[in-house]
Amino acid sequence: MNYSDFMHMQPEFVLVLGLIIVFFADFFAHRNADSKKSLWLLTSLMLMATIPSCLIHNEPTTAFGGIYVTSPAINVMKAILAFGTLIVVIMSNSWAATRQRIAGEFYMLILSTLLGMFVMMSSGSFLLFFLGLEMASVPLACMVAFDRDRKESAEGAAKYILVATFSSGVMLFGISFIYAATGTLYFEDVCAAVSDSPLCIMGLVFFFSGLGFKISLVPFHFWTADTYQGAPTPVTGYLSVISKGAAAITLCTILMKAFGPMVEYWDYLLYIVIVLSITIANLFAIRQSELKRFMAFSSISQAGYIMLAVVGNGELGVAALTYYVLVYIVANMAVFTVINVVEQNNGGRTDMAAYNGFYQTNPKLSFLMTLALFSLAGIPPFAGMFSKFFVFMAGVQNGEPMAYGVVFIALVNTVVSLYYYLLIVKAMYITKTDAPLPTFESDGNTKIALAICTAGIALFGVASCVYEWIAAAGI
Amino acid sequence: MFSYTIFIMLLPLLSFIVLGLAGMKMQHKVAGLIGTCSLGLVTILSYLTAFQYFGMDRVDGVYQTFVPYNFTWLPLGNLHFDLGILLDPISVMMLIVISTVSLMVHIYSFGYMHGEKGFQRYYAFLSLFTMSMLGLVLATNIFQMYMFWELVGVSSYLLIGFYYPLKPAIAASKKAFIVTRFADMFFLVGILTFGYFVDSFSFSFAGDIVMGQGTTPFIEANLTKAVAAGGFIIPTALVLMFIGGAGKSAMFPLHIWLPDAMEGPTPVSALIHAATMVVAGVFQIARMFPLWIEYAPQAMSIVVWVGVFTAFYAAAVACAQSDIKRVLAFSTISQIAFMMVALGVSLPGHHGAVLDNHAQLGYMAGMFHLFTHAMFKACLFLGAGCIIHAVHSNEMALMGGLRKYMPITHITFLISCLAIAGIPFFSGFSSKEEIITACMEYSPVVGWIMTGIAAMTAFYMFRLYYGIFWGTENKEAHAHHTPHEAPLTMTIPLIVLCVITVGVGVYTTIGGFAGWGGSFGSYVSAAGTDYTIHFNTQIAATSTVIAILSICLATYIYKGEQQPIADRLYATFPKLHRAAYKRFYQDEIWQYVTHRIIFRLVCTPIAWFDRHVVDGTFNFLAWGANEGGESIRSWQSGDVRQYAVWFITGSVALTLILLCI
Repeated sequence: MNYSDFMHMQPEFVLVLGLIIVFFADFFAHRNADSKKSLWLLTSLMLMATIPSCLIHNEPTTAFGGIYVTSPAINVMKAILAFGTLIVVIMSNSWAATRQRIAGEFYMLILSTLLGMFVMMSSGSFLLFFLGLEMASVPLACMVAFDRDRKESAEGAAKYILVATFSSGVMLFGISFIYAATGTLYFEDVCAAVSDSPLCIMGLVFFFSGLGFKISLVPFHFWTADTYQGAPTPVTGYLSVISKGAAAITLCTILMKAFGPMVEYWDYLLYIVIVLSITIANLFAIRQSELKRFMAFSSISQAGYIMLAVVGNGELGVAALTYYVLVYIVANMAVFTVINVVEQNNGGRTDMAAYNGFYQTNPKLSFLMTLALFSLAGIPPFAGMFSKFFVFMAGVQNGEPMAYGVVFIALVNTVVSLYYYLLIVKAMYITKTDAPLPTFESDGNTKIALAICTAGIALFGVASCVYEWIAAAGI
Repeated sequence: MFSYTIFIMLLPLLSFIVLGLAGMKMQHKVAGLIGTCSLGLVTILSYLTAFQYFGMDRVDGVYQTFVPYNFTWLPLGNLHFDLGILLDPISVMMLIVISTVSLMVHIYSFGYMHGEKGFQRYYAFLSLFTMSMLGLVLATNIFQMYMFWELVGVSSYLLIGFYYPLKPAIAASKKAFIVTRFADMFFLVGILTFGYFVDSFSFSFAGDIVMGQGTTPFIEANLTKAVAAGGFIIPTALVLMFIGGAGKSAMFPLHIWLPDAMEGPTPVSALIHAATMVVAGVFQIARMFPLWIEYAPQAMSIVVWVGVFTAFYAAAVACAQSDIKRVLAFSTISQIAFMMVALGVSLPGHHGAVLDNHAQLGYMAGMFHLFTHAMFKACLFLGAGCIIHAVHSNEMALMGGLRKYMPITHITFLISCLAIAGIPFFSGFSSKEEIITACMEYSPVVGWIMTGIAAMTAFYMFRLYYGIFWGTENKEAHAHHTPHEAPLTMTIPLIVLCVITVGVGVYTTIGGFAGWGGSFGSYVSAAGTDYTIHFNTQIAATSTVIAILSICLATYIYKGEQQPIADRLYATFPKLHRAAYKRFYQDEIWQYVTHRIIFRLVCTPIAWFDRHVVDGTFNFLAWGANEGGESIRSWQSGDVRQYAVWFITGSVALTLILLCI
């Protein structure tokens, strides 16, 4: 056996190593000892080591007979996801610290689910893809259920795992159709053999619905609101950016690699799903009064924008997608960091009414939250505007009249989204209340996470080098 | 080799960030010192740049253009937005003007803004303005210029509205912003038109055509293509850009914001609304000059006639104003129009692509006047600031006889008045003489009109001078508060600016008559070549005599304790005086056009449409969302089986749709 193939898997190996180290550190640390308090730091260091390991190897490679495939663009995405996970780990400490005894398990779970995503992203065959997907899903369900004392947490996890199982079933069904039609599971061979027969189309749609569930696109999105609301806030943040980003890039590469000849079909599929996702999620978001539920619908609509990049189908599309995910990570994580710190300091309040008059008592936090919301809405000087711009540009690049229509609908929807993002800003700054949340001092980890996110929001757009670095990676 | 020029941009930016973020926690003095010191460094660097740049040898008889930095900020295919620094004679000259005046204003503001609430904010905005203005003149492409152009607009808006508790200040700042923004819209359309057809925003045509070496091949090819596509494209783009420039430079009829902008603190008026920002339009024409003469020589006459009319109109209004800052504001409008005319009359006597002497003259004169005007007009404004500081009013009626109390202000003000009137041995003489010579060569009509306006300039400036420093002292107003000379921080900038005015004046006057080299034309000229200023003795003598005559006239009418002639003039032409005082009802006309015509005929229907149709649609959508959400609510109740049903229904429906197409 040729062991040199393993050399192409540095990111995965660094993660496995990190997993083992965190496991042993947690296992041997004395209960309630100080060493346990710094587990987050250890995990962060492991993630920091993962980032360069993703970027070392910068050529397209194939290993293990084509089952493991990686490319510079995938590696860049892996680095970005590791960076996003790093933010999650840093910000989660104020929550995890209250669950000292089992916090180590949380960090292990988060590393293993990231590992699953890495495997899924680098798959060259439906087999490895499915393995990676499940490897990412199962630990995530545990993470959602992590607040054992809260009923909602268990409920969210139950729904997540049930719908995940169901969608896996549907997807396996779809993959078996494709296997029946082409006689192979390798993307390259599928690409050569796939045709526009009804069997392949059914395979495509059923396969798509499985990843659509992960990205939470309409009509596969129903679990999102319940799970996001029930999950602990850091996990919600993780679900909304990392899990979504990994699934999006995987969908993008598989559509291009395996279903390349069926591009007209999946373009139509995407048009429908994008329009549905953005519009329906926006209409739902308008009337939410629970912040985490609100962010769930916001994330469904953002997922629609991410898919717009896939319509671009090409180098520009991949670059726009990756950049969008990066910008989305910093903005969304900033919001979740604020939600988390407010929740921790005020007895678990996450309803929007809690934020009335927030500016009076916590001006800095509300200012940073405002910046993040502006970025999510795509207001110019912030990174969100640039990411939306590139995504639209990628969508228009498609050239089909339908694509123009979809981009137009997406543009109109940005206005609607501006409205509901500003609702929160209005609550914080304008709405008068007799009993605003009391002033509190956020902990160091929250400050670090917010500093990273804010720097990203302010700089990722204006500093053009960020986008160029991503675009330089190609496909 | 000019790598240090990046600090010219970075230092004010840094000081803006520091003062903006932490300023309110600082003491006034510390904040002021941070701003002033960073600007002092910028001034040193600017002078160093100028010294090094002009000290270099010419290549083929022209100064080379340097681009020490230029990085692509946003690539869009062939087009790309760049940010960088471009050094050529005009941008280096502008560096000197901006840094000098800005430094003087920073020092002066120590005294003028002393104890003012928001002192730190004031210095933060000054830094922001200086950074943006420097970025504007150092831009390597039109788009960067536009970005900083908007930034100076914003900082001007912030500074005019500095006294935001006062209603007029807010109104003035909004007016300035809206009017200039309106004009900038044309600028943007011009830029986009140009970019679309020429496929480049870069200034790399500048300093090339005039040198007779042709542009860079890429831009040249595209320019030719654009001309082939229709001869009007480049002229249209240029004229649209000029409208933007006319807005910033307060050309008629877009001048209405400038007099109101005087609501801002006086040092700000000196810096932004006299010396630097308002000449941005002139600078823009100078920057695009190679394109104007090559591709749009006929359109140049638009610039000329807009300039001529504005110069005359503003001078006429200035004769009747009683607020000293307003007089200076209209005088500024008139003088900027002089510069515009000077650029406009640089018509192509050109043969091939090489400019002849004639065309060089107008361009050089315009830039020269920009330079001298910045110095003496800043001095006048700062002097007016001292007077307002002493009298606590802008109205001439409350002044009179101040020369006894404020000797330094008096002398510097007088010198600056002599300069703007065009008396030999003061800087304004040399530049104005060159402008009139250029006009005479263009067309004697324009030449004589401009001479007449120059005479009006001398007249209204000395009317102002006598009104402030001579005439009856307003004992009543001074009873409980005797006017006093301003503190040193305020008088030193006056003296410095005066020394520059006199120094430049003496050197260029003697040099101009004797035909020495090494005068202004040696550094800045249209073609970049060494241009020797040589006065036309006839024109010089005529304009001097006319200037002296108008000063004598002003002396005769306004110097005395009683002013019988002036009173009689008011009595004879009450309507004319009233019309001039009211600025010939320009504001009212704009008011009528915007409120009565545009608001009523355009905005009201749109507002109706917005209120009923747009709001109605959204209300309907919101209602629909509420209703829809309410009915969907049952599916979200937590029944996972229902989710699965939707999941599979969705998948099957999508499959069916795909099978149908």
